[in-house]
Amino acid sequence: KKLNISHSQITRLYSRFHSLDKGENGALSREDFQRIPELAINPLGDRIINAFFPEGEDQVNFRGFMRTLAHFRPVEDNEKNKDLTSGEPLNSRTNKLHFAFQLYDLDRDDKISRDELLQVLRMMVGVNISDEQLGSIADRTIQEADTNGDMCISFSEFTKVLEKVDVEQKMSIRFLH
Amino acid sequence: MGPFMSPFNNLLCMLLGISFTVWFTLLLVFIIVPAIFGLSFGIRSLYMKMLLKVFKWATVRMERGAKEKNHLLYKPYSLNGIIAKEPTSLEEELKEIRRNGSSQDLDEFEMSDTFYFCRRGIESIVDDEVTKRFTAEELDSWNLLTRSNYNFNHISTRLTVLWGLGVVIRYGFLLPLRLTLAITGVSLLVVFTTMIGFLPNGRVKNFLSEKVHLMCYRICVRALTAIITYHHSENKPKNGGICVANHTSPIDIIILASDGCYAMVGQIHGGLMGLIQKSMVKACPHIWFERSEVKDRHLVAKRLSDHVKDKSKLPILIFPEGTCINNTSVMMFKKGSFEIGSTVYPVAIKYDPRFGDAFWNSSKFGMVNYLLRMMSSWAIVCSVWYLPPMSRQEGEDAVQFANRVKAAIARQGGLVDLLWDGGLKRGKVKDTFKEEQQKLYSKILVGTQEDRSRS
Repeated sequence: KKLNISHSQITRLYSRFHSLDKGENGALSREDFQRIPELAINPLGDRIINAFFPEGEDQVNFRGFMRTLAHFRPVEDNEKNKDLTSGEPLNSRTNKLHFAFQLYDLDRDDKISRDELLQVLRMMVGVNISDEQLGSIADRTIQEADTNGDMCISFSEFTKVLEKVDVEQKMSIRFLH
Repeated sequence: MGPFMSPFNNLLCMLLGISFTVWFTLLLVFIIVPAIFGLSFGIRSLYMKMLLKVFKWATVRMERGAKEKNHLLYKPYSLNGIIAKEPTSLEEELKEIRRNGSSQDLDEFEMSDTFYFCRRGIESIVDDEVTKRFTAEELDSWNLLTRSNYNFNHISTRLTVLWGLGVVIRYGFLLPLRLTLAITGVSLLVVFTTMIGFLPNGRVKNFLSEKVHLMCYRICVRALTAIITYHHSENKPKNGGICVANHTSPIDIIILASDGCYAMVGQIHGGLMGLIQKSMVKACPHIWFERSEVKDRHLVAKRLSDHVKDKSKLPILIFPEGTCINNTSVMMFKKGSFEIGSTVYPVAIKYDPRFGDAFWNSSKFGMVNYLLRMMSSWAIVCSVWYLPPMSRQEGEDAVQFANRVKAAIARQGGLVDLLWDGGLKRGKVKDTFKEEQQKLYSKILVGTQEDRSRS
């Protein structure tokens, strides 16, 4: 119910879940995701796959699958169901930003350290940029974002840096029908 | 008990004998004789029209049933997929994300750059272009076969009765009929080609071999109740050329070979397949490879080009995708056959999935299981287009030529033209593609800086 996805969308997502589930055990493993070629060649593929698996687990069931995907529902849909009691929906701007934050925050300690930033940068550029250059890019980014001087980026600092970015549109996928 | 049973026994034997004779006479007159001469009574087209009427009625019933329960009838992915995908490039997208941000120039990293990759990744998890090509195509409406029932829940009693009737007809009448024909066709092929093998090489041998091959393939076509429409027969492949087509199942061979004579290429198998292969090659030269020879690309190329140079030999039939795809798309063509340098005759084959899905999902079904499924479908309906011959142009390399041919076939057959390798059915994608993406992003980050310092 908090997910606010229509019946036909759920049916379709279930069909997709089922076609990815090669072991037919009702849950997806990391290998099942890596079998998608377009995802395997995505530089951040592994981090995205990781977002589906809760801490320490290697199987995700359909509920978990939908829950993660629900972050990417377009925000306009909420206008239709204004349910004041259901709390913040998964696809709110804050939750979308939190999803992006967790792509960087590998150890899930709610801070992006210099190392974590370097790791993600390295994934995106491959072998094409030297360590020194990448290091200076990371330093500059932390310098611009860090307001409390702890040389890490917290979630609120992250949100502030991206306050002018149209997160709602860029982190949404639109279902046809 | 003894004398009491015998008059009934006799009667039973007589009845059985008569019914078998009638059965075989009908078979001979209506199916085998026309197959030999390449004629048709039009029974199959009538059958097809009747089936279409039944399917339409079934769909109307199901829609009515769904409306009563206030649900939307399940409609699978349309050609556009289930989500809207914007075909923007990395650069455009990054510029747009930063539109309102601090830095308009792309030469500095922004934390929002991950959004592009993130969204693309999630889009591919929900719907990607490749994995769905390796399973049977989903239909818009039910065609009364259990195997294509994906969630069609609104089935009334009348539909169930119709389905039951369909099962009886398909398994009780059509399947035995088709099996008989298939066995007849294959045995005639083996026997006649072995006999022709004893003749000395020359015009008579070639002529007879042609006739025998055509006849047996036509019987096999009727064994599958295949209703084939050939378009542009003036472009049919000629001697010394290579015929390339998109690959959906082993039946493709039967469909093409019942309208023209080709030299087949392939690996020698054991068992029944091996027997058929060995006897076929006695009548006319096909190109069969031992398992060990298949890996040696130079040997393969040499044998193919030797065959092609000899103008008296039949055109070679090759499926450059290398594996079966589900007939909604054409995947990467392997360049080997395009390096040989002879004329290429492209052929597009498109099956109509309403009557029976022809795709062979080799990880799910073995060959025998697959053939039984084929023979218990309603029919195999397909269209074959012979496209005008193409040759490699000046300055074009084999890969570009292969892509050009592939695009022509995809366009004609109404299939999606993909660059992905059909080998992804079983194997992993190569790391080089990821490295390309990384290089692209790096260039955007660093490249513009270099341009700036130069000016």
